[in-house]
Amino acid sequence: MARKADEPLVLGIETSCDETGVGIVRGHTLLADAVASSVDEHARFGGVVPEVASRAHLEAMVPTIQRALKEAGVSAKDLDGIAVTAGPGLAGALLVGVSAAKAYAYALGKPLYGVNHLASHICVDQLEHGALPEPTMALLVSGGHSSLLLAPDITADVRPLGSTIDDAAGEAFDKIARVLNLGFPGGPVIDRYAREGDPDAIRFPRGLTGPRDPAYDFSFSGLKTAVARWIEAKRAAGEEVPVADVSASFQEAVVDVLTRKAVRACKDEGVDHLMIGGGVASNSRLRAMAQRRCEDAGIILRIPRPKLCTDNGAMVAALGAEMVARGRAASSWDLSADSSLPVTEPHVPGHDHGHGHSHDHDHFHELSKDNLYS
Amino acid sequence: MLLLALDTATPAVTVALHDGDSVVAESGEVDARRHGELLLPAVDRVLAEAGRKLADVTDIVVGVGPGPYTGLRVGIVTAATFGAVLSVPVHGLCSLDGIAYAAGQAGLTGEFVVATDARRKEVYWARYADPRTRLTEPAVDRPAELTEKLAGLTAVGAGAVLYADAFTDVRADLPQHQSAAALASLAAEKLRTGGEFLPDQPLYLRRPDAQVPANYKVVTPK
Ligand SMILES: [Zn+2]
Repeated sequence: MARKADEPLVLGIETSCDETGVGIVRGHTLLADAVASSVDEHARFGGVVPEVASRAHLEAMVPTIQRALKEAGVSAKDLDGIAVTAGPGLAGALLVGVSAAKAYAYALGKPLYGVNHLASHICVDQLEHGALPEPTMALLVSGGHSSLLLAPDITADVRPLGSTIDDAAGEAFDKIARVLNLGFPGGPVIDRYAREGDPDAIRFPRGLTGPRDPAYDFSFSGLKTAVARWIEAKRAAGEEVPVADVSASFQEAVVDVLTRKAVRACKDEGVDHLMIGGGVASNSRLRAMAQRRCEDAGIILRIPRPKLCTDNGAMVAALGAEMVARGRAASSWDLSADSSLPVTEPHVPGHDHGHGHSHDHDHFHELSKDNLYS
Repeated sequence: MLLLALDTATPAVTVALHDGDSVVAESGEVDARRHGELLLPAVDRVLAEAGRKLADVTDIVVGVGPGPYTGLRVGIVTAATFGAVLSVPVHGLCSLDGIAYAAGQAGLTGEFVVATDARRKEVYWARYADPRTRLTEPAVDRPAELTEKLAGLTAVGAGAVLYADAFTDVRADLPQHQSAAALASLAAEKLRTGGEFLPDQPLYLRRPDAQVPANYKVVTPK
């Protein structure tokens, strides 16, 4: 297949959690970003219910692909490749997207690229701010992950510097929102209340910031407990809980640790750019504090617009386009959904390198640790 | 006419190609945990064996279950995507009907019941007047609860074999697993005679497992 060196036209499919995303890009240009979310169906459960998400993905899959094509105004036959999130994520949810992507690529006769969800969160910034600097320092914060990653080559070399040892940052927002009876998801609503509160009203703990703590790991579980305990004490004393002050002070503690460690990582590694992605990157206080601290440290901050920070298909297409542009091997037709795909694997190349799709099915194939039926 | 039939509702990952007269190629593998990996290579193999291209396909036939969710969706989303790209109709069939039809092809006559493994100590099942005529809506139950209701009936399918004690006349000699070849033959017959199909939507029969978290856990020690 002829490869367009600079501006490949790629369709990306994302189904790792509760958003069915289909995006289309041409090189670094965003052409379509269609998303169908099942978030409302999960709200009453206070968290994403895997089976509910998988059912919703199946219903939304084909219509969302068609919506994206229409939005982009391109013909499917002109695509240079189909990219899909192969992992990490919810096993059953990933499988819907991977199956659809394979069928789509096969039917169109296009190469398939199974890519890593976390690397996609980083690569999406190419649609906003152009080519990623090399290396890229990235802080990924969402309901599923909180990681500091150093990427010398987003298609082939992504190194984890640190990550959360307990809850993800977004998870902490969800849990505190539940304690405050603010509903699900917690991020946007806490951000809103926090704007009217005093971030210094209550001094909540900053996890893993002691001199002997790991420099780049995060912990939000102790903070969550401290906030819940503080609220319960107020309630037990019959006092009203100052929701705005609690929100602002809790958010301040999270954002303080995230930005402090990210800037430290940039300085330690001699990297003059910081990329922040993931759903929590939409948080207004995180954006503001990161901006100020980066300016003070002489670091250029790159945060995509909020819609590109949350899970979407455009980020998958962005990474897929980079795979095509750099001539990375396509995936095989027996590509599996890997719920625990390591961040060190930006994509899942086929067994028969250089040829794209393999027709040899007699290889050893490792099963995912997770039983897809559990 | 060129029918591509596929079914991933049971532990079998099965694909067949039917030209309107007969099955021209088929594939069946039983591996309950690898539907996602096995299906596309099987489609590719079946097409290659028949010397045809996906673009030659005029109709897609898909088993819509009932079946354990995760595997079931692999076949349905694949069928739906093929249908959308090729602009051809996607015909849904109850997966139990394929097993019933295969039992008929193997010589079974009269009334019988088809049961597949629904996991969690349950079976998906339906009752048939003959291999082409289903009498009941597919259902999911514990085998012991069916013993009285289905007493005296011949039973086919892996679910009947697995819980042989709960059924009367279990025919382990008949095909136990779904075969897309049978599903394709049944569909070809229906297309010829104007029979009805189901939409390409999964028959889950169970509500999603979803625990509503209890009010948030109190963390203050009492
Ligand atoms: Zn994400």
